[in-house]
Amino acid sequence: MAVKEAAAQHAAGVHTADHESTYSGGLWSWLTTVDHKRIGIMYAVFAFFFFCVGGLEALLIRLQLGSPENTLIDPDLYNQLFTMHGTTMVFLAIMPLSAAFFNFMVPLQIGARDVAFPRLNAFSLWVFVFGAFFLNASFLFGGAPDAGWFGYANLTSTQYSPGVRIDFWVLGLQVLGVSSIAAALNFIVTIINLRAPGMSLMRMPLFTWMTFVTSFLLILAFPAITVGLVLLMFDRTFGTSFFNPAAGGDVLLWQHLFWIFGHPEVYILLLPSLGIVSEVIPAFSRKPLFGYPFVVYSGILIAFLGFGVWAHHMFAVGLGPIANTVFSATTMLIAIPTGVKIFNWIATMWGGSLRLKTPLYFAIGFIAMFIIGGLSGVMHSSAAADLQQTDSYFVVAHIHYVLFGGVIFALFSGIYYWFPKITGRLLSEGIGKVHFWVMLLAFNLTFFPQHYLGLHGMPRRTFTYQEGLGFEAMNLMSTAGSLILGFSILIFLWNVFHSLRKGEPAGRDPWGGATLEWAIDSPPPHYNFRVEPTVHSRDPLWAQGGLDVDVNDPRAPEPHMPSPSWWPLILSAGLVIAAAGAVAKSLPVVLAGAAIVVVSIYGWAFQPLER
Amino acid sequence: MTEHAATAADSHHSYTGLPNRKLLMWAFIGSECMLFGSLIITYLVYRGRSLVGPYPEDLLNIPFITVTTFVLLMSSLMMVLALAAVQRNDMRQGKLWILMTALLGLVFLGGQVYEFNHFVHEGLGLTTNLFGASFFLLTGTHGAHVAVGVIWLLTLFVMAMRGKLSSADAVTVEITGLYWHFVDVVWIVLFTVIYLLV
Repeated sequence: MAVKEAAAQHAAGVHTADHESTYSGGLWSWLTTVDHKRIGIMYAVFAFFFFCVGGLEALLIRLQLGSPENTLIDPDLYNQLFTMHGTTMVFLAIMPLSAAFFNFMVPLQIGARDVAFPRLNAFSLWVFVFGAFFLNASFLFGGAPDAGWFGYANLTSTQYSPGVRIDFWVLGLQVLGVSSIAAALNFIVTIINLRAPGMSLMRMPLFTWMTFVTSFLLILAFPAITVGLVLLMFDRTFGTSFFNPAAGGDVLLWQHLFWIFGHPEVYILLLPSLGIVSEVIPAFSRKPLFGYPFVVYSGILIAFLGFGVWAHHMFAVGLGPIANTVFSATTMLIAIPTGVKIFNWIATMWGGSLRLKTPLYFAIGFIAMFIIGGLSGVMHSSAAADLQQTDSYFVVAHIHYVLFGGVIFALFSGIYYWFPKITGRLLSEGIGKVHFWVMLLAFNLTFFPQHYLGLHGMPRRTFTYQEGLGFEAMNLMSTAGSLILGFSILIFLWNVFHSLRKGEPAGRDPWGGATLEWAIDSPPPHYNFRVEPTVHSRDPLWAQGGLDVDVNDPRAPEPHMPSPSWWPLILSAGLVIAAAGAVAKSLPVVLAGAAIVVVSIYGWAFQPLER
Repeated sequence: MTEHAATAADSHHSYTGLPNRKLLMWAFIGSECMLFGSLIITYLVYRGRSLVGPYPEDLLNIPFITVTTFVLLMSSLMMVLALAAVQRNDMRQGKLWILMTALLGLVFLGGQVYEFNHFVHEGLGLTTNLFGASFFLLTGTHGAHVAVGVIWLLTLFVMAMRGKLSSADAVTVEITGLYWHFVDVVWIVLFTVIYLLV
């Protein structure tokens, strides 16, 4: 096809009718879908639901702490709330929100029609969904897990935690680990193998790069917590003594196994956000990312170093001066690649023609808040300083500056940036900016005072504090801030509902983006690219003349896509039934779940992908 | 895993030219290394820390395990022969070697069942001491992997008997082999760590 003709058609935004079918179809079609876009949307919806659940848990915690010696929430419920708040936000909100972007955007960014294993992708989604509800079902059966999100031994032993609360946690996290590993394996293969011709590794968009790195972190970090959870499960279910000091067991082994997973997990939460910001800032600065290779290699270095710093979570247990020094040093090293990235973003904006749209607001907010969180992180990388700060509200302030001020702001930046691609409509700029300012101010009002509370000695995870310790005013500020923060989420939801109906139609490329996803219709047709693109540069849509084929050419034959399948859903259900049986200590239920798993593995393996 | 599925999954453009499923297995093996690594570290951390007997030196029978180890290593040889036969579409030999791989795997598992049984008779249960717990968990996890491999191989064998396996499925057999060889390599490490370093 003549390039000129293609350009004219592209400019006209000629729409072919069949992409209307991307999201149409009843409930069945969503339950059996293997389309990465639908799976991405379901990830987002369920993750946002659990983000709200975790947020409500946080609001209850803040209401309890709003005044001294408050009796709103008793200590037992308080323990459940802070445990489930942490577990929910990490495993059921941030990770799946990142996964939503992996699913929706990575195939589009690399010019692919789907992921490498579409049914495995559906399996990851349903295991996450069932696992998440399973974990939260604990509230209905004798109370939720209450040993903190890192569940230190021997708080989790049957002696100190009889009943099924910890069993829900142990089995729920194992189930969720299956979901994460399956998804990560899928994205590793997708990114290695399904890139469009010409898209070498060093031409990949940064978000795809960070998804790639995060996937490696997932497959390498999750086995460590799986083994820790299995040891704990054996202790609780079969009576072994892995974490029982009376029989020679070592409670520190749990801490090591947990944090060998847990610190890479921090980067699993963070790196996708670094990828999002690295997409948004160039798009709204009208400039290619400054120092692309440095940003890529910094991401890889952060991931690599992330495996060598776990004991900085354990400075207070007394590993000795040599271990503490080594882990202090490796922790400080991570500040270097992180700083490199921040300077690269700033240098990208420097001299660019900035368009101050909502996605850029959130990206800049991310950089500012993340720097504050990073600085307090560097403070407690020093073992000596950490001894003053550990288990205090200072650490709570730090983690929230990194994970809320950092990750959540970046995720909102990504939502505002890609919402038009996903839905075909722009989110309202006006409401978006109100959302941003309310959230930024409320966030700082909530969490900044917690630095001072911590340094003045307020311990974390304690359900109340006495009057006259000087904690009252700052706790009240923090509680007021958290309520406004909750309100800012309502503003966002209003924006979504408003814009889905009345939002401005987005067209293919509302922001003038550089990457392949902006070359196709919004929302994309179910096969994404009618004609597979060839890539010649890092910013293919900014190259002179754009793409050399019309990826939407309606005269090209319609690509065949994989058929829907029930097996991923059934297999996930079997897995969670087996986990429920293990909590109930009912062998028949476990065997029934296992039978469903075996049958569906065979059903899946012998069902052709395209029928 | 049928022919149709294989072509659909693998024929879409592949940047590296490698089949998707083969890459998946390699990445999965990477993840499994961390799983076994964590279990081995647990075993090593608790070595010599059991408060009551029986202790490893009272029970471990190195000559017996050397024999079953040899059997497992020979099964890897059978796996190599199976893949070579399938690749040249010699399904008569292919069937034979696939079945031999599975049978040698079963012999190894039988040895493990005998060993576990013997230990229990000698007074070492899962909950007796840290040695029992970490030994049974580590070798049991490995045994479970061997069992999955045996079931997988027998599935291929049944497919071959029904004429549903041919050189077009060589990648499927190759991936099975990757898994099988990996499980063997893990055993070499476990044999060294548990038995030779006792």
